Amino acid sequence: MRSIKSGDRLMAVVRYCVCGAMFLIVAVPLYIAVMGGFKDMAQLQTDPMGLPSPLVAANYLDMLTGKTGSFWRQMGNSLIIAGGTIAILLVVATFAAYALARMRFKLSCLVYGIFQLGFFFPLAVAILPLYLQMRGLHLIDKYMGVILPQVAFQIPMQVMLLRGFIKAIPDELEEAAAIDGYGAFGFLLKIVVPLSTPILATVAILTLVASWNNFFTPLIVLNTATKFTLPMGVMDFMGQYAAGWNLILAFLTLAMVPAIVLYVLCQKYIVAGLTGGAIKG
Amino acid sequence: MSKRNAIRGGPGRASFLTLFVLLAPALIIFIAMVLVPVVEAAAFSLYKWNGLGPMTNFRGLRNFQALFSDEVVGKAISHNVLIAIFSLVVQLPMAMGLALIVSDEKFKGAVFFRTFFFLPYVLSEVITGALWQFIYQPQFGLVKLLWSTLLPGAQAPALLGDTKTVFWAILAVIVWKYFGLHMTIYVAGLQDIPKEQIEAATIDGASRKRIFASIILPGMRIPIQLSVFFSVIGSFQIFDVVWAMGRGDPVNAAETIVTYLYKMGLQRFNIGYGGAIAVFIFLLCLFFNLFYQKVLVREES
Repeated sequence: MRSIKSGDRLMAVVRYCVCGAMFLIVAVPLYIAVMGGFKDMAQLQTDPMGLPSPLVAANYLDMLTGKTGSFWRQMGNSLIIAGGTIAILLVVATFAAYALARMRFKLSCLVYGIFQLGFFFPLAVAILPLYLQMRGLHLIDKYMGVILPQVAFQIPMQVMLLRGFIKAIPDELEEAAAIDGYGAFGFLLKIVVPLSTPILATVAILTLVASWNNFFTPLIVLNTATKFTLPMGVMDFMGQYAAGWNLILAFLTLAMVPAIVLYVLCQKYIVAGLTGGAIKG
Repeated sequence: MSKRNAIRGGPGRASFLTLFVLLAPALIIFIAMVLVPVVEAAAFSLYKWNGLGPMTNFRGLRNFQALFSDEVVGKAISHNVLIAIFSLVVQLPMAMGLALIVSDEKFKGAVFFRTFFFLPYVLSEVITGALWQFIYQPQFGLVKLLWSTLLPGAQAPALLGDTKTVFWAILAVIVWKYFGLHMTIYVAGLQDIPKEQIEAATIDGASRKRIFASIILPGMRIPIQLSVFFSVIGSFQIFDVVWAMGRGDPVNAAETIVTYLYKMGLQRFNIGYGGAIAVFIFLLCLFFNLFYQKVLVREES
């Protein structure tokens, strides 16, 4: 009995050591970025780990007031592109998922199969033709040129998630809606969409994270610095202020904040969407 | 059944319009932006073309011949394979270990650690890469600090500037960024394993090892399959982190197949050769997919 107890205590110690070590490995780089942004170059060189003294707020303030870099501009670009992607994706994916989940038609399996093919086609395979296509459509350097491919590559996953959810809506509701005189679209808008808000929120937030962090598509499509999204802005900023690591760290910190805030606020949706949806769906 | 038909206007003409309105937008965007480009990439791979003017210089399979004798392709693929192996052998067991710890509700702080370990996954790859570039900086970074503490006076190594270390340095960042995703997948799986089973086994005197091998592991089949799939497919598509940490250089020492595709196709505008690389990536992913479906998924079930 006693040996089990001391074994448990040892186990607890080991667990805290493992988690504590991992905590440091994750936290220290983030801490260095936040604090590094408050230092001047001399401080950064002599003491990258310590607290800033004196505290140099100018790095952050200059960025927030637009004196260095174009943080707000790039954040705006990221927001426009993410917003556009979410809006279009929610409409087209919900429509398609609704048809696939609740209507019986001959080619249903074929259509679903076509969407499923997307899981086999990585974005990298498509980039060269996609670039040429965007050039042909005059979408190079346009927000739409980033939005449309992002929507397209999200469709397979999100149609799958939505279809699973919409399928589970009881048939009785549909019959009741039919008695009330709703057609297919009435049922979709008045009943399916309101019932699906949790899954729609999940899809929206997953798409927001993916779009916010996406680097490849904007890299291919956008040329002008005024159109750059935050990840591209980071690369651009590093090119401009190559040796100014205190400025770069301040910029990185600012660029991380929106993602971290979003994660803290919408953690449940993000984790459930990425794991539960995939495992159970 | 009759009501079903009433609402949908039956399987006849009326519903065709409905179906068209519902399905066409997604289908058109998906086909135009995903399927057509993949087919086009295959067509490009048979030509020598710089992306301008008509595509007339037919080369047959010579781009593929060049690809198979291109040393950089071999190097890049070996990096992708190493990333995949490292993920499977180091990252996933590590994620499983952590998941076992933080899924135990009796462990104080479990929820905090769980939430915190997932955080790097939410950050952008480019920001992660940039941040670690600083950590590895020999004049300012954490590496310099560790080095001067351990070996006072010695010059800290430039991990990202040395062909011998750059790949491993980036690999560490990949684990830093993605272990939380796999851990979270496992935590979700572990929560679905009935607690009564584990309790019963404990009462029967089964050891922790035994419980893990005969209850937990079999119950985690689907999450494990899922994370194996994510890590292998992800390993073959890795781009952003590598690009943000030195674009695969010095001298291709950290090149991956997608960074090489980007360089060949969109920096040198060798669209034909880039197309051949794209087809090669597609085939690799396809073979893995088929292998995965046939061998891994079926054998276990």
